[in-house]
Amino acid sequence: MIWANQLIQGVLLGGYYALLACGLSFMFGVMRIINLAHGSLAVVAAYLLYVVAERWEIHPLIGLVAVVPVMALFGWVLHRLVLERSARAGELVPILSTFGLAIVLDNSLFDRFGADTRSLAPYIDTLGYDSWTLPGDIILGKLPLLTLAVAVALLVGLHLLLARTALGRRIRAAAQDPDTAQLVGINARAVYAASTAIAMMTVAVAGAFMAMRATFDPYTGPQQLIFAFEAVVIGGAGSLWGTLVGGIVLGVAQSVGAQIHPQGFLIAGHVVFLVVLLARLYFAHGIRHVFRALRTRLA
Amino acid sequence: MTTPSETGSFTVQRWTGASIAAVCLLLGAQLLLALGPLLLSANLVDRLTTLFIYGILALMWNALAGYAGLVSVGQQAFFGLGAYAAVRLADAGVSAYPALLLGAVLVALVSAPISAFMLRLRGGEFAIGMWVVAELAHLLVNLDTLVQGETGTSLIALQRYTADDRRAYTYWAALVTMAVLAWLLFFMLRGKVGAAAQAIRDNEEAAASIGIRVLPSKRLIFVLSAFGCAAAGALWVATSITFQPKTYFSVQWSAYMIFMVLVGGIGTYEGPILGAVLFFTIEALFGATGVTYLIGLGATAMLFALLLPRGIWGEVEHRLGLQLLPIGYLLKFGTADREPSGPQRKRSAAATTPATPPTDRASG
Repeated sequence: MIWANQLIQGVLLGGYYALLACGLSFMFGVMRIINLAHGSLAVVAAYLLYVVAERWEIHPLIGLVAVVPVMALFGWVLHRLVLERSARAGELVPILSTFGLAIVLDNSLFDRFGADTRSLAPYIDTLGYDSWTLPGDIILGKLPLLTLAVAVALLVGLHLLLARTALGRRIRAAAQDPDTAQLVGINARAVYAASTAIAMMTVAVAGAFMAMRATFDPYTGPQQLIFAFEAVVIGGAGSLWGTLVGGIVLGVAQSVGAQIHPQGFLIAGHVVFLVVLLARLYFAHGIRHVFRALRTRLA
Repeated sequence: MTTPSETGSFTVQRWTGASIAAVCLLLGAQLLLALGPLLLSANLVDRLTTLFIYGILALMWNALAGYAGLVSVGQQAFFGLGAYAAVRLADAGVSAYPALLLGAVLVALVSAPISAFMLRLRGGEFAIGMWVVAELAHLLVNLDTLVQGETGTSLIALQRYTADDRRAYTYWAALVTMAVLAWLLFFMLRGKVGAAAQAIRDNEEAAASIGIRVLPSKRLIFVLSAFGCAAAGALWVATSITFQPKTYFSVQWSAYMIFMVLVGGIGTYEGPILGAVLFFTIEALFGATGVTYLIGLGATAMLFALLLPRGIWGEVEHRLGLQLLPIGYLLKFGTADREPSGPQRKRSAAATTPATPPTDRASG
């Protein structure tokens, strides 16, 4: 029964990782940019919410109404000032510039807020520890469930945005071939800036849940980036639904790992990431080969 | 090394007066530095040792990113493992200084299988993938009871030496490691591997299509870089004696390497050395300001990536056509003494190939 519990907690944790990763996955899918400041930006959003909550006693989820637009604006500016220029300079430059940005953000937060760990848990009444108990002593926390629900909702939202709206069509066109998209009248620059803004909106939401479920400090960002990145790669880079699967696989691995060994939480996550990577590199070819052989036999 | 081309309209030149002078000066400086512990104050010797270690890190990161196009934010994996291996070997009874070298060799051996699948990742995936490797290495090292988790341990074997001896030995070890790696890299980059790596960096598919064995070339540089970073980590443990996993496996090291190489000049041979000296100076001047200093480092690295991607030495080379350590070629149009369009620098081996007679290509 303890394993069933770990599995369920792992799935719920995976919801958080999917939420964290969807912005990273979205930006990679559209612009082929891996934003190394992703985690640090989530922490920036968390601090913004913290300031709002502390000063005016505003519930973080209501605080998002103000913080999401701020982060969107930040994303737009980030794209115009940093990403656009870096992407033009070659595929390696965005890695370097966003890494530099992460260092600037982390240390600026430290400069402003100090080393104290914070949490938004005190500002959400009892949501942090409310739960339902299932038969077999399996505890379903309301906050983790809400996190998973929000992650799924955001992924559905992003999917609908891409599939059904005019902006989505423009984003898909610019993602496939920015030059040709320009020829048919799409302003790829603006589309990319809008995509970064959308990604930062999801980052704001992820930051809120990160800060409500746990504590954070100015240097939490890089660890969050690694989790998000692992979820994206496990699920298959650039695929939104893959990100949900990747997040859940990562969450389950960590949760099971923690049950095996006190240090197992992080180790299991990293090991699963590397195993999936290895499997993708060596067996993807093999699987394709099997399919091809089957097809020729059937034909 | 001046070879007239088939058409006779330009000549290919490798060594120039300036570069011969620079290489002689560099050799002289290295010999002079070897006398350091005999002449300089203890404090200065310690500081120079630190500079040499920064130099090693910058050279190794540049070999990876500037020549093989592999941007890694996880080289601290090898830095930490090198230090750990040295501590582990010393604990097993190997005497301290051989343990530093042996540790680095062992880490290089470990890096070969890691390269087998990390090198299949591209761009940003490789960058963060290496970071995950570093995190995993950190966690696994923490499992060793000798290390005592984040508390860390010390390289106690070094207490066999007096403080003065230790200072001098570590200084020489760092100087020799840096010089050997630098010259090794110099000859490698002038040879087949350098040409192959740069062609891969500029366009991997095109390089493969003209018969360059992409993976072995990348792997050689990856393993060399792992060895260098491990040696740097081992030397760092020899200077600071304590080994705390958190410090050694910190992503901060990657930030330092990126700063040194970006500011000095990525993809140039001289750039990282200049970058290490600059970083060393900046750290000495502003390191005490803590956070502000780190913000400055991050911002400077970002601005260089965005506005001056060639770095300082890259700009110098580009504007003046100056290359002090000749790893590229110089194409001179017209006869050597009459140059209508001035010397044209060709850094990329792939770009130089058409203008270079086959005999010359084989030699470099």
